Formats: sequence, structure tokens, C-alpha cells
Amino acid sequence: MYKQMSSKTGVLSRFVLRQDRFRIPIWLLSLSGITLLTAQAFTGLYATEENRQTIAQTMVNPAMTAMVGKGYGLDDYTFGAMLAHQMLLFTAVTVAIMSILLVARHTRAEEEDGRLELIRSLPAGRLASLNATLIVLIGVNILLAVLTAAGLYALNIESIDLEGSLLYGAALGASGIIFAAITAFFSQLSESSRGTIGFSFAALGAAYLIRAIGDVSNETLSWFSPLGWVTGTEVYVNDYWWPILLTLGVSLILILTSLYINSIRDLDAGFLPSRPGKTRASAALASPIGLAFRMQRTGIIAWAVGVLLIGASYGSIFGDLDTFFEDMEIMKDLLSGLEGGSLTEQFIAKLMSIIAMICTIPALMAVFKLKGEEKKGRTEHLLARAVSRNRLLGSYMLISLVVGFVMLSLAALGLGAAAEAVLEDGPSLAAIYGAAMVYLPALAIFIGLAVLLTGLLPKLTGITWLYLGYSFFVVYLGGVFQFDEWVGNLTPFGHVPEVPIEDVNSVVLILLTIIAAVLTTGGFIGYRNRDIQG
Amino acid sequence: MSVLRTKQLTKKFGDFKALDGVNIEVNKGEVYGFIGPNGAGKSTTIRVLLGMLKATEGKAEIFGMDAWKDAVEIHKRLAYVPGDVNLWPNLTGGEVIDLFVKLRGGNPSTRRDQLIEKFDLDPSKKCGTYSKGNRQKVALIAALASEADLYILDEPTSGLDPLMERVFQESVAELKKEGKSILLSSHILSEVEKLCDRIGIIRQGQMIETGSLSELRHLTRTHLLIETKQPIPSLEDFPGVHDVKEKERALSFQVDTEQLDQVIKHISSYEVVKLESAPPTLEDLFMRHYESGGAEDGGEA
Ligand SMILES: Nc1ncnc2c1ncn2[C@@H]1O[C@H](COP(=O)(O)OP(=O)(O)O)[C@@H](O)[C@H]1O
Ligand SMILES: [Mg+2]
Repeated sequence: MYKQMSSKTGVLSRFVLRQDRFRIPIWLLSLSGITLLTAQAFTGLYATEENRQTIAQTMVNPAMTAMVGKGYGLDDYTFGAMLAHQMLLFTAVTVAIMSILLVARHTRAEEEDGRLELIRSLPAGRLASLNATLIVLIGVNILLAVLTAAGLYALNIESIDLEGSLLYGAALGASGIIFAAITAFFSQLSESSRGTIGFSFAALGAAYLIRAIGDVSNETLSWFSPLGWVTGTEVYVNDYWWPILLTLGVSLILILTSLYINSIRDLDAGFLPSRPGKTRASAALASPIGLAFRMQRTGIIAWAVGVLLIGASYGSIFGDLDTFFEDMEIMKDLLSGLEGGSLTEQFIAKLMSIIAMICTIPALMAVFKLKGEEKKGRTEHLLARAVSRNRLLGSYMLISLVVGFVMLSLAALGLGAAAEAVLEDGPSLAAIYGAAMVYLPALAIFIGLAVLLTGLLPKLTGITWLYLGYSFFVVYLGGVFQFDEWVGNLTPFGHVPEVPIEDVNSVVLILLTIIAAVLTTGGFIGYRNRDIQG
Repeated sequence: MSVLRTKQLTKKFGDFKALDGVNIEVNKGEVYGFIGPNGAGKSTTIRVLLGMLKATEGKAEIFGMDAWKDAVEIHKRLAYVPGDVNLWPNLTGGEVIDLFVKLRGGNPSTRRDQLIEKFDLDPSKKCGTYSKGNRQKVALIAALASEADLYILDEPTSGLDPLMERVFQESVAELKKEGKSILLSSHILSEVEKLCDRIGIIRQGQMIETGSLSELRHLTRTHLLIETKQPIPSLEDFPGVHDVKEKERALSFQVDTEQLDQVIKHISSYEVVKLESAPPTLEDLFMRHYESGGAEDGGEA
């Protein structure tokens, strides 16, 4: 029976590879490349043992623990321990994102668009498509593991030994496989590809937050997160292999469950029930902006809950942060002497830049929704009626700005409220809110860039994501790599005054806003004058 | 010998009964027309037959095998064209046709190239740039190029221009000559009429009529519009004539198809100067069905 249901898995696997013949190599090269480059960079940046030991001290605080994980071997901070501490979690999350996007693309998206129906009418088994996707993804992740392991070992860096390198690769591969399995599972439950991607990213976010809270305050909690298993391998320090086995075991269970659901359900059906809808459009729906909002409502609500949780979970570690700083009077002097402001305030400033970038994601998605609608040929329905292009693009941009503002506010409120709960006399809610709001102009520049590309070069909207990724990399890992100043200056997020350490610099903020306005205007002019695809 | 058979087929989506005891039988070498208005349940029936939906009750069999359990075995000898064809936007039409042929286990044949030429498709273009009609051609060519015993076509001509519709009809006629069986769904009666040996009519998930076209003849009426030199007295009293309306100097009316011959003979004696006829529509057929209060006594009306 299983054999019949899997018939033609081989052909379909090759077909998946054929479709992603550029996408997969790019993912593989960038993921393994970034690991190797970082390892190589470490040898230059922290040549002596003292160097490494100093950086280890600055890494040992709850803020860093929440971001990159607990870290092992901190008293003997070898290159290997350093790589595992600072890069493994971050890379594992990126590998998970790759798996989520690839699996969703070849499962539910194919089904939703009616292409799977054609394949299923051929002598291809009911499970063939899901099988093929999983086989390819497992292969890709194994390849990633091998490439990373071989590359790391070949670098021939002291303490980056063979077993550790194999485990490092395996940890990345295993996290890719488990998120492929999680996405496969949601692709069977949810009726749409948006839902599949949404649930899977929610799972990834939850895994990250559970691990963050667990690493800071309760170690047992971290073992409920697949990302906790990744760092739990203690690569290059103790080299535990069993978390890999645990990850693969759970993946197997998820995969078998997905295959089972797939084998008993109807095509195009989900497992979560769908309700009948309204027979009439409400007044709010019957306008371009109402329609645009309605199409994204669920996603926006999910993001709102997400950023509120992110803010609150970071806020909740402020208590540990505070005690920690009190214990380390010397370091407090050291760091605050250098940069000004208390450590807690520095942490807030740093955290805000990252939260602001996370809040940029849903804002960008709101603009790019217009492109998605265009590609599916649905903007025609509006433009063929009495709706101007300005109004259409304006609707999406307005939603995007409001989304950005609301997300930033929610994250700040969550952070402030949680911080207030755990701190005696910490920063006021108003101060935290203010520290978040200074990022609005930078966020607007990203929205402006998205509008510009949507209007002028709709094929290249991906640049915006690359740019955001770059900004994230520079701000998040800037301290580790000690980049030159211009590297940070290439992103608007690098120009925002670091409130509350620095004062609000209104000239900079006004300039950023003007740039955003120019980009947006360019986008509107472009959109008015280009062809609508469909 | 029956190739395809459903028995009391019922499919529910939640509480909604999309199919309610549907019985269909397609015999070997037969072209079966499956007609019904939009939302009647044609695609649902077909998707159950293809093993994509699981029947709530009843049986769906093809080649004597169970449509759900033995889907793969069945599909080796079956070709399908959906009404709404979606393809991979970044693959060319030629690539997709080959993929489909390969998935069936065959090799791209010369028949593929002949069909591409006949349907006037540019196989080097990306599917993303194809119009609805062109995407449908891709699915049709892939289906027709494969060696199958049964062809299931769900409103296959909904995006084709009249010229291509002709090509399609020729291709179906060819298949029929080769002794293949075909299930052709449509909401246009005239299309089915040209090609099909037998017809089944579905409405709101229930089969309301089945039979050969001549058996169903009693249900159809032809629309006529005529103009004669001499006025025709009391045409509405002539047997088989309905709905007479005067339009300036012309008369428009409907004729029971079985009375057509008599009526034409009758009016020709009044010196016809203009005659237009329109084929019976599905709508008329339904009207007739309800007027006559069911299928059995329809003929005597
Ligand atoms: N997945 C589904 N969930 C709920 N209702 C459905 C589903 N698929 C089809 N239907 C309903 O079943 C009925 C029959 O649809 P369909 O078979 O597509 O009709 P058609 O004869 O036009 O092909 C319609 O009323 C349709 O709305
Ligand atoms: Mg249909």
C-alpha cells in the first residue's frame, strides 16, 4: 500500500531539484560560507588567548545568553567554543528558515495553486509529492552538514577538530530536518500555503523564545525547544551527539504523522476546519484599502501577538540582567565608562534596534502583498474598475506604515510592561516607548524602498530582504566582528540615535524621513507608468 | 463492459452534500457527456473518480478497481484535463508536457510534436506568460499524447477559441475511432451533443437524466426565427410549437426537436425569406424537465 502511494517519488524528487536548481545551491553556499568565513575571521580578530577570554567575559550576560544561547567552555574560550557559542544558534535559525520556505513551496503551495491536481491525476501516488519534498530537503540538509563539517575541518584551526566539526555540521543539518518535518506537518493541517508558512514560523519563533527564557532563567525549559537541542550539543566543548538523535527521532515522528494525514485526507482540504463565510461584504471590506487589509488580517494579528511576546520575553529577563550587573561592578564600570549610560540602558538600545528590524518584516510583507496580488492577476479586478493606481499602491503603503507603527508600539509596550514587573526602579515605560519610536524613520525608509521597487523594478523586490538581512547582520553581529564604521552606516538602522544612551537627534531623524519620502514618491511615479503583469 | 462506474456516490463537505447518490456508467469505446450547470457537482464527481477526494458513501470504480485505493494503478491507463489549469510559471510548456508524459511512464513521442503543431502552441514559452487557453492546451496535449484507455476531460474547452475547439473535437473523434473511452464534462449542451454517445445530466448533486442523445431528444427544443412572405395563421396551435412571439414581421418560437420536420414542412409553404435557428440550451432542457414533471413521462407531452 505504501509502495503504491509513493509511486513516482523519484521522478518528482528530480523535478523538485530541477525547479530549485539555483535556489538550493545559493542557500547551501551562503549557509556554509557564512560559517566558514566567521570561523576564519575569528582567528584574525581574536588572535591571542587573552583576547578571547576578554570577549568571553563580555558575552556572559543574560542579554547575550537570551540572544545567542548559554555558551559552553567559557573559561577556556577556544575558537571552537566561540564559534559554537556565537554562530551556531543564529545559523541554525537561518537553516530552519530555508527548510520552512522550501517545504511550503513544494507542498501546500503546489496544492493550493492546483498543480498537484495535475500530478495526482497521473500514476503518481498520493504521498509522492510530500515524499519527494522531504527526500530533497533531507538530502539538502545532509549536504549542508557535510559541507560545513568538511569546510570547518579543512580550515585547520586549532580546537576546531574533526569530531566537533562533524557535530557542528550535524547540528545544523538536524535543525534543518526538524523544521522541514514541522513544516510538512503544518502543510497537512493548514489549507493554505500562507497558513503553512505562518504556523511554521510561529513554531520557529516559539522555539527561539522558549530557549531564550530557558537559557536565562530555567534550564529545563530549554529542553522543550528544538533550538535548545541544537545548542545543547555543546559542540567543540563536550561534543554530545544524543541531542542530534533526539532531533532526528522527533523529526521522524512528525514526518510519519504528516504522511499518515496526507494519505487519508482529500486533495485541497486541510485538517483544521474551515467555516462558511459571510454572504455580503461589510462596508469596511468594500474599498481597496479594506480589501487589502482583509487579505492580510490574519497574518497581521499573528505578527502582533508575536512581537508582543518577543517584547515581553525580553522584558522578563531584565530582572536577571539587573542582578547580574550588580554582581559585576567592575565590568559595569568598564563598559559604561566606554560608551556612557547604564548597562541596562545599553541593552535596551541594542535590543530596540533588533526589535525594530523584526517589526520591519511584517511592514514589508504588507507592501509586497500588492506584488503577490498582481502576479496572481487579481489587481486587474481593481484597476479595471474606478480605482487609480495611486490609490491602490497608497492603500498598501498606508497599511504597511500603520503595521510598522503598531508592531513597534506593541513590542515596546510588551517589553516595558514586563520590565516594569520584574524591575524595582528600571527605565520608565515612556522611556522604553520613546526608544522604540525613534526607529520609525528607519522603518519608513525600508517601506519606501519596498514601494520604490514595487513601482519601478517589481522583479527585484527581493533586494529589500537582502538589505534587511544585511542590516540585521551588521547590527546583530557588529560587535563580534568589529566592523569599520562605514559598514554600519550603510543601513538606516545604523544612523538612528541609540536612545536612551544617546539623545534624540532630530536632524538625523528628519533627514531619514525625507529619504523615505523621496523613495516613496519614486515608487508611486514608477507604479503609475509601468505595465501591470498578471 | 463498463470502464467507469459510480454507484450511489455521495460526497459531503462538512454538512453540505455536493453529491447525492450519483450513478454513472461509461462503457468501453463510449464518449459520455456529463453535463450540468455551474456548481452541479461535475468536478466533484471527477475528483472522486480520480482518487483526490474520498467518497463519503457509495462506490467509484474505474477499470473495476477502487478509485481511492488503487489510484496509481488506475492512473497508469487514464489521462485527465482539468477545467482550470495551473502550471509552473517558470517552466516552459514543452517542459511541462514532457514532465507529464514521463510521470505516466512513457516517452515523449512524435504524437506530442504533432499535437503541439495542431494546437498551435509555442512550447518554448514559459507557462507564466501563457493565457488560460494556452495553459489548457498544454494539459490537453499532455493528455492526448499519452496512451490511455480512459480520458477524463473536465470542461476542457472553456478557454479555447472556436478554431481550437474544432481541433479538440477532431482529436476526440480520433480517440473514439481508436476505441478509447471518454468522460467529457461540460455546461454547454451543443458541445456534448456533437461528440457524445450518451449523456448524463446532473443538477445540485443528483443525476436527473441519463441516456443516449436520441433518448433525450424529447427533452430538447430548437429555437427558430422565421420571416415569411405570407403570414402563417395560428402557428401556436401546430403540434410541438411553443412560445410564439411576433417580432416586427418575423416570428420567434420553439419547436420540440422530434416535431421539427413537420413544422419546417408546414412553414415552407408560406414562402420563407429568412430562417435562423439556435440549438437547444441546457437551460431549456431544465425548463422542459421541470415542466414535464420528471423524465419518465416527458415524451408524451
Ligand atoms: N472543498 C469544498 N468544500 C465545500 N464545498 C465544495 C468544495 N468543493 C466543491 N464544493 C461545492 O460543491 C458543489 C459542486 O461543485 P463542483 O463539483 O465544482 O461543480 P461543477 O459542476 O461546476 O464542477 C458546489 O456547490 C461547490 O461550491
Ligand atoms: Mg467544475
